[in-house]
Amino acid sequence: MQENDLIIKLEHLSKEFDGVKVLDDVSLDIKKGEFVTFLGPSGCGKTTTLRIIAGFTKPDAGSVIMEGKDISEVPPYRRPLNTVFQRYALFPHLDVYDNVAFGLKLQKVPEDEIEKRVKRVLKLVSMSDYEDRDVESLSGGQQQRVAIARALINQPKVLLLDEPLAALDLKMRKDMQIELKEMHKKLGITFIYVTHDQEEALTLSDTIVVMNEGRIQQIGTPIDIYNEPVNCFVADFIGESNILKGRMIRDRRVAFIKHEFDCVDEGFGEDVKVDVVVRPEDIYFTTDPAKCQFKAKVNSCTFKGVHYEMWVDTDTGYELMIQDYDPYPVGSEVMLYIDPDDIQVMKKEREFNSFAAKVKGEGRVEFLDTEFECDTQGFEEGEQAQAVIRFEKVDLLDHEEDADLTGNVEFILYMGDHYHLTIKTDAGENIWVDTNDIWDKGDFVGIKILPGDITLHKVASGNE
Amino acid sequence: MRTSTKVFAKVYLWVLLLVLYAPIAFIVVFSFTEAKSLGNWTGFSTALYQNLFNGSMQNSSGLLAAVKNTLLIALAASVVATILGTIAAIGIYHLHGRKKNVMTFLNNIPMINPDIITGVSLFLLFVFLGISQGYMTVILAHITFCTPYVVLNVMPKLQQMNPNIYEAALDLGATPAQALRKVLVPALRPGMISGFILSFTMSLDDFAVTFFTRGTIGLDTLSTYIYADARKGGLTPELKPLMSIIFLIILIVLLVINIRQSKQQSDKH
Repeated sequence: MQENDLIIKLEHLSKEFDGVKVLDDVSLDIKKGEFVTFLGPSGCGKTTTLRIIAGFTKPDAGSVIMEGKDISEVPPYRRPLNTVFQRYALFPHLDVYDNVAFGLKLQKVPEDEIEKRVKRVLKLVSMSDYEDRDVESLSGGQQQRVAIARALINQPKVLLLDEPLAALDLKMRKDMQIELKEMHKKLGITFIYVTHDQEEALTLSDTIVVMNEGRIQQIGTPIDIYNEPVNCFVADFIGESNILKGRMIRDRRVAFIKHEFDCVDEGFGEDVKVDVVVRPEDIYFTTDPAKCQFKAKVNSCTFKGVHYEMWVDTDTGYELMIQDYDPYPVGSEVMLYIDPDDIQVMKKEREFNSFAAKVKGEGRVEFLDTEFECDTQGFEEGEQAQAVIRFEKVDLLDHEEDADLTGNVEFILYMGDHYHLTIKTDAGENIWVDTNDIWDKGDFVGIKILPGDITLHKVASGNE
Repeated sequence: MRTSTKVFAKVYLWVLLLVLYAPIAFIVVFSFTEAKSLGNWTGFSTALYQNLFNGSMQNSSGLLAAVKNTLLIALAASVVATILGTIAAIGIYHLHGRKKNVMTFLNNIPMINPDIITGVSLFLLFVFLGISQGYMTVILAHITFCTPYVVLNVMPKLQQMNPNIYEAALDLGATPAQALRKVLVPALRPGMISGFILSFTMSLDDFAVTFFTRGTIGLDTLSTYIYADARKGGLTPELKPLMSIIFLIILIVLLVINIRQSKQQSDKH
């Protein structure tokens, strides 16, 4: 019964391009009539997933099941789905009518029926009077409407949309979002949508699939994804957020910014390190000392249209972002509180860097394709070990000399009093760094680790 | 001051045009007189044109055969080169990084390579492979030097093309062959046409490569015919009107292409 509701099932899709893993074991069920959005930064694998569903890209492993049939080997021209491409991809030598009629002409549909259906679908996208126009004379928005009409005329069971609104200006994009949503309701077919715009995803989707580095991070409704992000990446990517280090004291009680708060999360255990997310609109100002949970000083206040965005310094030395309808003057002391409901506690993904290492000799160890000095007491030459380095013990340099290895800043997370950086080394591995220095995404950095900051751990016996 | 520079610019331009077109004008003018030796004007006459067309010039059948050969070879070579070059361009376009650079470089070399070297090396290759030389080898040789020019003309069209239109055609139900015919070829057509025309003219006026690959069966194209004719004690007078006519045809073709292009551009705006 439940299986019958599924239209597409992705099973363990993996794909590499030139040795770089762009998709890593992606599995997903898509229901009939659903509006599903793949959301993520560029290079996260969202477009590759869409291209695999369309049949333009072959996965290295895994399969695409459509209505119970494996279509992995079916060429794109025999799949009952159609695509709207990012840059429209209209045929420049054909006018609007012939572009839209292209699919039907291939199927040898009688001319009078083609005409009827072209007229109907052009009406659906509000392009009725443009039949004879040269596609290159149309505006971006009009070209996109023609592209949608061209994809819909084949009456696909699934419509794939690859960042269809990315090239439009803001106002046009908002209008098209509403129209797409209405179209989806009217047609009742499945839409699979790819975007890097979180607001667009929240507006349009029934289900959002957040992706990063070729992996699905979270699947859920827009409200779930926004209110209950499962990790720092999702919390940071969707909307604005304060992401902080915390400690679960016991069920329903969490400590962060050196204060204790009631929360609604359970099951993490007692005295466990966690990450905490608080949305800027969920921190409230109060004048009632009984309600006040912590004090802070307003550091900056910016008008953002509907609300004011303020940065405050807490009495314990953390920086938080707050959004409120009322402004508070810079420099003023304020009392703040957070509702238990609005604190989202997340399991910590990692607490320290850990790399598979090989002892190269007395006082020398190799990991990340680099040799380091460290204490190797108790280890034999050639022995496999686990090298552990705390986040704050990794030094970043802005030059290559003196550095042990180099890499690029991939992802930056502000944690209230320091930055947590993800650095992709030249060997393609991630190393995480806590720092107070400001770096930009994409920065080329030298990485230095002092001998005393590397601790070796024994690998569980039995494996080489 | 300003008027003097203007005058100088004009004079410079006209002198340049004069130097460029004087030889052609010379041939055209002297095609309208009967004098046997070049440069003598014995009054206006269309006798040379009449001779050319009624076959009363000496070795008229040889000339006719040469013209026919030239056109047939040019047509065959440029048709094949256009097909091969277009396919090659699509292939190179889809390569990445180093491979693409290497292939583009390899495609450019034959164009810079002197004709005489292309001719001699093809001659040696045909001898080595034991292929008897004649029509076939000349056509093969012409295809060889024309194809890179087609690649060069089709490549920019591929780069201008939206890379997704081929996939869009597949997506709408076209088989790869249909997508090629209905979408890719129309998008590349302007490049293919200019590649074809370039190949055709390159083949028409080739001498060195033809000379080395035509073998000993007495195959003549216009260029080898005229060369042989000029060596046998002076140019046959009737060749002057023939060259004038060829020049006129080329001129008309160029004018038509240019007018069509500017018309297409003004249509778009």
